[in-house]
Amino acid sequence: MITDSRPAAPAPPRLRREVRHAGLVAALVLLALVGLVTRPDNFATSANLVGVLALASTIGVITVGMTFVIIGGGIDLSVGALMALASVWATTLATQSYGPAVMVLCAILVGTGAGLVNGLLISYGRLVPFIATLAMLVAARGLAQRMSDRRTQLVRPENDAIEALSTGRILGLPPVVFVFAAVAAAGWVLLNRTTFGRRTFAVGGNPEAARLAGIDVRRHTLLLYALSGLCCGIAAIIIMARTTTGSSTHGDLYELDAIAAVIIGGTLLTGGRGSLVGSILGVLVFTLITNLFILNGLQTSDQLIAKGAIIVAAVLLQRRGLRTPT
Amino acid sequence: MPIPSRRGVLFGGAAVAAGALATACTGNDPADDAPAAQSAAGGGDNEKPGRPVTIGFSAPAADHGWIAAITKNAQAQAKRYSDVTFRAVEPTNDINQQISAVESLISAKVNALVLLPNDGQQLNQVARKAMDAGIPVVNLDRIFPDKLSYRTWIGGDNYGMGVAAGHYVGRRLKEKGVAKPVIVEIQGIATLPLTQERSKGFADALKTHGFSVTAKQDAKFTVETGNQVAANLLQAHKKIDALWNHDDDQGVGVLAAIKQAGRKEFFMVGGAGSANAMREIKAGGLLEATVTYSPSMAASAVKVARLVAQGRGMTDLVELQAPQSITLASETVTRQNVDSYLPIGFES
Repeated sequence: MITDSRPAAPAPPRLRREVRHAGLVAALVLLALVGLVTRPDNFATSANLVGVLALASTIGVITVGMTFVIIGGGIDLSVGALMALASVWATTLATQSYGPAVMVLCAILVGTGAGLVNGLLISYGRLVPFIATLAMLVAARGLAQRMSDRRTQLVRPENDAIEALSTGRILGLPPVVFVFAAVAAAGWVLLNRTTFGRRTFAVGGNPEAARLAGIDVRRHTLLLYALSGLCCGIAAIIIMARTTTGSSTHGDLYELDAIAAVIIGGTLLTGGRGSLVGSILGVLVFTLITNLFILNGLQTSDQLIAKGAIIVAAVLLQRRGLRTPT
Repeated sequence: MPIPSRRGVLFGGAAVAAGALATACTGNDPADDAPAAQSAAGGGDNEKPGRPVTIGFSAPAADHGWIAAITKNAQAQAKRYSDVTFRAVEPTNDINQQISAVESLISAKVNALVLLPNDGQQLNQVARKAMDAGIPVVNLDRIFPDKLSYRTWIGGDNYGMGVAAGHYVGRRLKEKGVAKPVIVEIQGIATLPLTQERSKGFADALKTHGFSVTAKQDAKFTVETGNQVAANLLQAHKKIDALWNHDDDQGVGVLAAIKQAGRKEFFMVGGAGSANAMREIKAGGLLEATVTYSPSMAASAVKVARLVAQGRGMTDLVELQAPQSITLASETVTRQNVDSYLPIGFES
């Protein structure tokens, strides 16, 4: 592992970020080596690697939204529940009767709408993000259960265009992987190349200073949660494509998976600093671990231990990297 | 849940036959076929109205299709009898609420109770209280640890599910003449005793055919986890001969993953017996069979509670009173018999 451990001469922020990405890339390479050694015939097949990317796409899209919220100084605990709600709303018989395009639109609108409610409660209602989104988590799951009558709602055969997002192939990859890539690329541009992105860092770093600099902090916060909700809606489309269902059980504990990926990606939980590339690498690390464990026939409990260890290791490294006077 | 004794299996068969008949059609009265002597010993035709009784019912709130079907089946069965007043309390997943709900049924002096506890251990005390007050308790599926807490236990057989699946897989592979088959198992929540019993039954039955499980992996009974685990597991084994998935609801995700991976070389067996799985079996795809753990047991429980409250026995048995324990056999639903099972398949 490459770490920056020179306390006397702190590297400039940009370099430190590159160094941390190098750490994550090294972790990915290490995991790939483990895969190549333990299951040489199964790991490096295109089917397996495409499978890993497809599995990463739901949680990956959600993590993009989560990265924005956390850099902006907040937290969104409702992501998994919002994805479940959007998937259920988009697969009710009423919605399905309008065809796949309306189902997609419905999922996006439900996600964004619920995200807006989060944002309103936090920015204008002055609720602590943790509490507002916790309330949304509980309420959205409840609503999803009520709408679906706690049943698993199948995507009807006439709407199999939804499933085609997962079964189809463009350049050898299922379309859901391109959705993930598009969301990640758009997120990167928005965060690193636009005023919106710079404001996100400013609001998360020091909201008072941001306000004095003329940023409408409340409106910006509102937009961040709406953005996270939008990502949940897109993730709902992916999960519908993958499982051919909408269900109130979808996205269980996704909030924790997404936060974990953001943290090991090097974003500060207190906001103001972070990297989208790091978050994506974090998602890939976790998805690859699950893949490797199942390829080697190890049970879920072992995966959980490994994931916990990785989170702690990443945060310890992160703290070393950040021990600089600011 | 106990491993079925021989007696349990016998009773189970009888109860299942009665349950299937009751659910399939009302006109087919089981007592009609009963020999005269037994019918006399049993005290006449059980379907004919007897002393009016009130049956109390309490079950967890539905968090998936199986539990939803339990309450629905119990209600539907009670409706068939003019001599039964059915008192269901508000379903709840809260232990304390279920305890007070059962207490309210005790003070209402119902003639019998059908209880599916959220947790057998924690509801044991209140079930005992009902029995002490002279109200017979029919314990549905999740068993009370104390035998003084129930008059009759009726429930499914998780070990038997594994056995049924194992025999189906074993026989099919023998038919196909596969020498060293790759057999893959997708479990439910691994820490639950019921999952461990299912897996043990599966392994034991496979052993009688000279086979063993190549790989198993746990999911969480949800569509999404089924999909995720199957997607990875399919990559771990490039060629699979048979796959057993413990639960038909998570099976929806498993089937989607198989389709997305474009795999067709193996056959799959499900578990629980959802209507959706049965439709897949009927359509004749990869899913060839499912082994039941049927919520129709709730209808049977109401039937038994009525007999117990009226002091009648089961007419297919010689005894004058209803049995103490009924373990339902796990039945194998295939394309050949799926039509007769579709009516008891539950919507997941």
